[in-house]
Amino acid sequence: MTKNERRRLATGLLFISPWLVGFFALCVYPLVSSVYFSLCDYSVLSPPVFIGVRNYQNLWIDNVFWTSLYNTVFFAVFAIPLGLVVSLSLAVLLNFSIPGKGIFRTIFFLPSLVPMVCLAVLWQWMLNGELGLVNNAANPVLHVLNDMLGTAWSAPNWLQDARYAKWGIIFTGLWGVGNAVVIYLAGLQDVPRYLYESADIDGAGFWQKTIHITIPVISPVIYFNSIMGLIGTFQVFAVPFVMTNGGDGPERSLLFMATYLYENAFAYWNMGYACAIGVILFLVILALTWLATKLSEKHVYYAGK
Amino acid sequence: MTTNYHAATGRLLCLLCAVFCLASRALFAAGDKVTITYWEKWTGFEADAMRAVVDDFNASQDRIFVDFSSVSQIDRRLMLATAGGVPPDVAGIWAEQLPVYAENNALTPLDRMAAAEGITGSEYIPAFWNLCRHRGHLWALPSTPASIALVYNKKMFREAGLDPERPPRTIAELEEFNDRLLRRSESGKILTIGHLPEEPGWWSPMWGYWFGGSLWDGKSRITADSPENRAAFRWIQSYPDRFGADNLLAMHDGFSNFASSQNAFFTGRVAMVLQGVWVYNFIEKYAPADFEWGVAPFPTATAGDPNPTTIVECDILVIPHGAKHPQEAFEFIRYVNSRKPMEKLCLGQRKFSPLAECSEEFFAKHPNPFIRTFLELAKSPNARTVPRMATWTEYTAELKNAVGRVWAGRARAEEALAEAQSRQQKSLDRQLERWHRQENTLKREWDKP
Repeated sequence: MTKNERRRLATGLLFISPWLVGFFALCVYPLVSSVYFSLCDYSVLSPPVFIGVRNYQNLWIDNVFWTSLYNTVFFAVFAIPLGLVVSLSLAVLLNFSIPGKGIFRTIFFLPSLVPMVCLAVLWQWMLNGELGLVNNAANPVLHVLNDMLGTAWSAPNWLQDARYAKWGIIFTGLWGVGNAVVIYLAGLQDVPRYLYESADIDGAGFWQKTIHITIPVISPVIYFNSIMGLIGTFQVFAVPFVMTNGGDGPERSLLFMATYLYENAFAYWNMGYACAIGVILFLVILALTWLATKLSEKHVYYAGK
Repeated sequence: MTTNYHAATGRLLCLLCAVFCLASRALFAAGDKVTITYWEKWTGFEADAMRAVVDDFNASQDRIFVDFSSVSQIDRRLMLATAGGVPPDVAGIWAEQLPVYAENNALTPLDRMAAAEGITGSEYIPAFWNLCRHRGHLWALPSTPASIALVYNKKMFREAGLDPERPPRTIAELEEFNDRLLRRSESGKILTIGHLPEEPGWWSPMWGYWFGGSLWDGKSRITADSPENRAAFRWIQSYPDRFGADNLLAMHDGFSNFASSQNAFFTGRVAMVLQGVWVYNFIEKYAPADFEWGVAPFPTATAGDPNPTTIVECDILVIPHGAKHPQEAFEFIRYVNSRKPMEKLCLGQRKFSPLAECSEEFFAKHPNPFIRTFLELAKSPNARTVPRMATWTEYTAELKNAVGRVWAGRARAEEALAEAQSRQQKSLDRQLERWHRQENTLKREWDKP
């Protein structure tokens, strides 16, 4: 390396140093140290004591950890596809050229501007079993159905009943699809007009055009939103935490991995154990993202390729 | 260009100097006084009461200045600030957190400073002095204490044909009263009820105390599934069995926040609750003007014990480990714990004093008509506390979950307790292992002169 090259390298490094410093101090160091702490008994105040894989062994036999993993997977399995279908459908509808299109788009986007804590408090009341708007709307319908069918259905106590609590959170999540809708809308604008025109000439209807043109062309956007959804659902924390007033919900039905991690780290002072949960959460997300990438390779269309 | 550059640098330096001078003036405004920082969890009128005492202290001498601030989520912040080496000099926390702080070496032992000032346990109501001790050391001195009791709605008693001056004395009687106070709608919905173990449910992990039980042996064994605790849980279970779990959940879901005028007790939906001395403040603020209430010891499973059962709690003042001015901090804590300032503080917060002696003037001025009842409860030999163990946060969450499952009719009492027992025993074992590993080092440090 000549003197000149070294100087240029130094200048280059200097220019990216703010990013480098931030990356190493705020990403690499916490990541590496939390892997180390996950192998320690660490209460934050006393120095960490290396205990090997004991934390992982304890996690393996900890029913509550498995409950939190089950809850998280349950949430992801239903929330991601549901969110995808709802946001994509909304985007397709909002893409029609109708009068007041801008107003509708704004209306559907607005809820995602509501801060998460406000959203949680709001839905806590919407889903209230006795006074909530959701049940006040559902009960008359159920009464009519009961009269017709001779059944005895009644709307559930969403957040008080372990059987329905997670569904309550899933529905709450649907309220915030506005962000995904905007991304889908941007994707829809990019679908070349001529494809639709030639499909029209071939006599294709709305569904055929959607399935054979729209979805394949915006598949990278769907893929992007799915990965973001995957990461988001596995890290779900704020909304259930606020809705349960900082608890785990009835029968731990709203205890998610991130909640259990937080409790262990900052309520029980088992930082080592919390780090082990964090490492597992990281590996689960990593594995699923890798799997999603593999599975979608053949189904995602990139115009440049 | 160069001249301009130099001129600009010069101007910038001047500006920085000016800022520095102003900042240091502000910092040393207290003169030669030692400034100690004091973090407290209280807000509102409770914080105002302490602020008044702090002001008195600051005015009483010219050596120490106490900088008081209200801090939310103090338990977490204090632990992190202490771990980071920047703790406040004094912190106001809850006594139930003392074991976890002490065993994690987050506090300064006060034994020597207290001995030098001649402070002994005889100055305090025994329950509160004991709450300040752990593992043979003194870690805190009380600020304001509390005890809990049966608080009941006299008007509802009268309307149900019960004597408003004769509250229930046993659990069996409580249930009789419960039946008398029960009102249902035509569809079977519960409109009003005498008592619910889950309203407000703040102490539901400890219902066993009223059945003569304990939650651990004080050393190494969890006793969640003792016969007494099982009896208490069977009592909780009797509610979903009698009224239907869905009915109870629906009723409970309709209850608003405690601190609101929609509170189930203030609105006359529940006639009897287990509540603390602070309930007076909330009744004043939120209950209807014609709200008539009474206070009595909460009924126990068996009659005959002349000493009523209660749970006592205490807000305490501690000096975190690594505090810059422990001597000055203790001087302030000592001041708060002398009779006059303590009575001023407790009167301001409308609680009773944790000190063994209290002036008649205090009671004369006290607005809570039942303050003596709460005080007598705290003095009872059956005044219990949360288990003094470092895993209590986890244990209580576990028991709350167990109560929740029984309450929702999703588990039987014995089953829920057996699970809690096995999980929490493991957790305590782990904690004790951690403790034994550092016990000798910590004790040496704490005993160091």
